[in-house]
Amino acid sequence: MKADPKNVFTGSHYIDGDVACAYGAVAAGCKYLAGYPITPSTEAAEAFAVKAPYVGAQFIQMEDELGSIASVLGASWAGKKAMTITSGPGFSLMMETIGLGAATETPFVIINIQRAGPSTGVPTSTGQADMMQAKWGSHGDYEIIALAPESPQESFELTFKAFNLAERYRVPVMVMSDECVGHMAEKVVIPNAQELEVEPRRYFTGSKKDYKPFKRDKDLVPWMARAGAGYKLYLTGLTHGEDGRPIFDVKTFEMKSKSLRGSTNRYLVDKIRHNRDKIIKFEEHQTDDAEVVVVSYGISARVAIKAVKEARESGIKVGTLRLVTVWPFPEKRIEELAHQVKGFVVPEINYGQVVYEVDRCSQGRANVILVPHGGAAVHDSDDILGAIKQAATDHNPYDRILEYTTALEREVFGENMVSKI
Amino acid sequence: MIEVRFAGFGGQGIIRSGLILGRAVSIFDEKFATMNQNFGPEARGGACSSQIVLSDTKILYPYVTRTDYLVAMSQDAYSTFEHELKDEGTLIIDVDLVRANSNKKTYDIPSTRMAEELGNKIIANVVMLGFFTAISKVVSKEAMEKSIRESVPGRFIDLNLRAFNKGYDWGDKKLSEDN
Repeated sequence: MKADPKNVFTGSHYIDGDVACAYGAVAAGCKYLAGYPITPSTEAAEAFAVKAPYVGAQFIQMEDELGSIASVLGASWAGKKAMTITSGPGFSLMMETIGLGAATETPFVIINIQRAGPSTGVPTSTGQADMMQAKWGSHGDYEIIALAPESPQESFELTFKAFNLAERYRVPVMVMSDECVGHMAEKVVIPNAQELEVEPRRYFTGSKKDYKPFKRDKDLVPWMARAGAGYKLYLTGLTHGEDGRPIFDVKTFEMKSKSLRGSTNRYLVDKIRHNRDKIIKFEEHQTDDAEVVVVSYGISARVAIKAVKEARESGIKVGTLRLVTVWPFPEKRIEELAHQVKGFVVPEINYGQVVYEVDRCSQGRANVILVPHGGAAVHDSDDILGAIKQAATDHNPYDRILEYTTALEREVFGENMVSKI
Repeated sequence: MIEVRFAGFGGQGIIRSGLILGRAVSIFDEKFATMNQNFGPEARGGACSSQIVLSDTKILYPYVTRTDYLVAMSQDAYSTFEHELKDEGTLIIDVDLVRANSNKKTYDIPSTRMAEELGNKIIANVVMLGFFTAISKVVSKEAMEKSIRESVPGRFIDLNLRAFNKGYDWGDKKLSEDN
């Protein structure tokens, strides 16, 4: 289905990543935003609110983040494409209901413009330290999809894509942007509506008595019905069978029942894992001959390119792998590369999150060097260059992930700072 | 690559200035420009700055490191950011708001006073943008005028363009005094 031209602000814009997220959501047909505006994501809510009356959408400023995410779930089942926009503190408050969204297989989008630090942190500065929270933040087993934009242009594209993925797999999808991308204005080109393919909601079209809200299609994704459309809907956070009613029997709880009467628990992870090759997207450059590969995402991947260019000029065979989808993680590809390269360099604006996934997938075959950053700024590309050089010269595999000592750390703690992990 | 910082107080249109310049360069001059904003928790009156990086190719590092142009609209802004100016960099100040003592090439303009003469001090940043455009020549005058048309509410376009041209002429005059 093509995008509705009314929703697509075709043309060249000079807008920041936040606003680009809002325009991407509108283009995808998002009709409901509930949020509790928080720096550095406020501009996204503001931009959506300005456009909402012209595209038949609604923005509601809720009393808090708990209310925001709950109302997004409700709006989704009422038939609207819905999202919320937040930053770290709000993201934490939303975790419980994200679990409910995953369990009830509700399609919706969360935009997290990450700030620095735990708790209130540094509201107006950047961070990438919510990446593991995105995957594991709510309790119990489930899988989500998370995307990481590197520019305002990609903020538009990935928010648009997030809605398509949410509808296709009936899953919460997170756009894990950050303050740097969110507050960075750059040229954003929005194409014609005819060039934008929108995934419509996958509504069940059979007879009303045959509908079961968790009865799976071959790809393990169940069909939806709109609340109030006459189909019997029973949605609960309790582990349930395909009719939505609670199930506590161990066998059905544990197993993927052949009769498809089994509980949802297994399917919540399997529907993403079985479809991961269709979901995962990454960008590789110069990996063919690489002996070092820089694995990164979002703004860190962009800053790393400068270091990669300099390293190539100095004769080091280095390539890049930029994660566009961080979750699910491209395990297979990292494993393949681990057979080929001496080492991976992982710059991220935290003290080690996605680097653990790289290490897990490389299974000790390659050195893994983390270039850490405490947040409130982006990496100095010289630090990434230093880590690339180290990865290219060290042959013996480290016992564990090596944490690169950055120039700032050397300045603050002295040259002889001991290895930190 | 050219790095520019506009700095002053929240409410002076510092971030708006960055947006207008970035839009002019990337949309109308068809080069690359990123604009990043820094501000404190205050809605108005706090320290505020915008960083614009201009380039002929895609910008990989969107923050300024060594500034080519610092536009200071407050004493605080001047003292905070003067040190990051390159030796051959240019300092541009509102002469009524900043007392500068810099060994860098310095140009001054009474932008806030000029804006008041035009009827509204809120357009001081646009007077300053005109001045900056004339002095720096990093962006075309035509692109800036188009960008201003797109960046301010319709009923204020004329006033803003007058403010821009007033600043631009002042810059032209300053440059000819130099030569």
